Amino acid sequence: MSSQAAPVETHDHHDIRPIRKAAMWVFLGSECMFFGSMIATFLLYRNETGDGPGSEIFNIPFTSASSFVLLMSSLTMVLAHNAFEKRDARTTRIWLGATALLGTIFLAGQIFEFAEFVHEGLTLSTSSFGSAFYMLTGFHGAHVAIGVMMLMAMFYLSLDGRLYDDRGLNVELVGLYWHFVDIVWIVIFTVVYLLQV
Amino acid sequence: MAEAAAHRSHPTPAMYWGIALFLGVVTAIEIAVPSISALDPIKVPLLWMLAAVKFFTVVGFFMHLRYEKRLYKTLFLFGVFGVFPLFIVVLLSMDAL
Repeated sequence: MSSQAAPVETHDHHDIRPIRKAAMWVFLGSECMFFGSMIATFLLYRNETGDGPGSEIFNIPFTSASSFVLLMSSLTMVLAHNAFEKRDARTTRIWLGATALLGTIFLAGQIFEFAEFVHEGLTLSTSSFGSAFYMLTGFHGAHVAIGVMMLMAMFYLSLDGRLYDDRGLNVELVGLYWHFVDIVWIVIFTVVYLLQV
Repeated sequence: MAEAAAHRSHPTPAMYWGIALFLGVVTAIEIAVPSISALDPIKVPLLWMLAAVKFFTVVGFFMHLRYEKRLYKTLFLFGVFGVFPLFIVVLLSMDAL
């Protein structure tokens, strides 16, 4: 019985992989529009600071370092994918772990930055600028957090020898998602930080 | 042609390191631009251009879109370029245009 089930699974695997990949690209395309609308909203309200602080409280050197960390996590992710394609589970695991670590450092930096801004008097309800800023960067941070969880799931699967069990998420799809959070940050870093100083 | 693109070989790990170095250099230029007063007249388009270079480098090489089937490219780029009419709709709905 089980010997008959295996070929069916293999056949399914080959059939649905391009469909899942296409679905991921559709999802990422729709996410571009999601973040695009939030960036447009931020641009509209960037000068609506009311009595609260504005972009003068930004710490550009600190955010630049965070941006560099996230950018380099794209390198470690693509190296993980490269090792995955070569069926080198150990190297894949190392780069997946490095990517999750860099993502966690970025998140820690964002939490520190938010705490500093709240201390300076910029909260979600201080002004339209504050609302737009926290909604945009907060949603991006939430996407990074989800990405870190997916990376850790991949890391766990690699420990368990199930990295190539291709019925659910795989390294390629997680990689596409991770690179996406990086490219969104490339735009946010320019629009929210660099263009405001 | 799309099939040929799909079968084009992906970069090697050494090339990925080189691309990361390039991205790091572009980021350093981005960070320097606001502090160079001589660049003030072109600061905004320059920063947008540098961001676009980084964006499409990551999409093309790290996400492998330049090696993918035309269907995947179309699906993603529809979302990317769909942002521009969305910008106009948002700005119009808030009387900002």
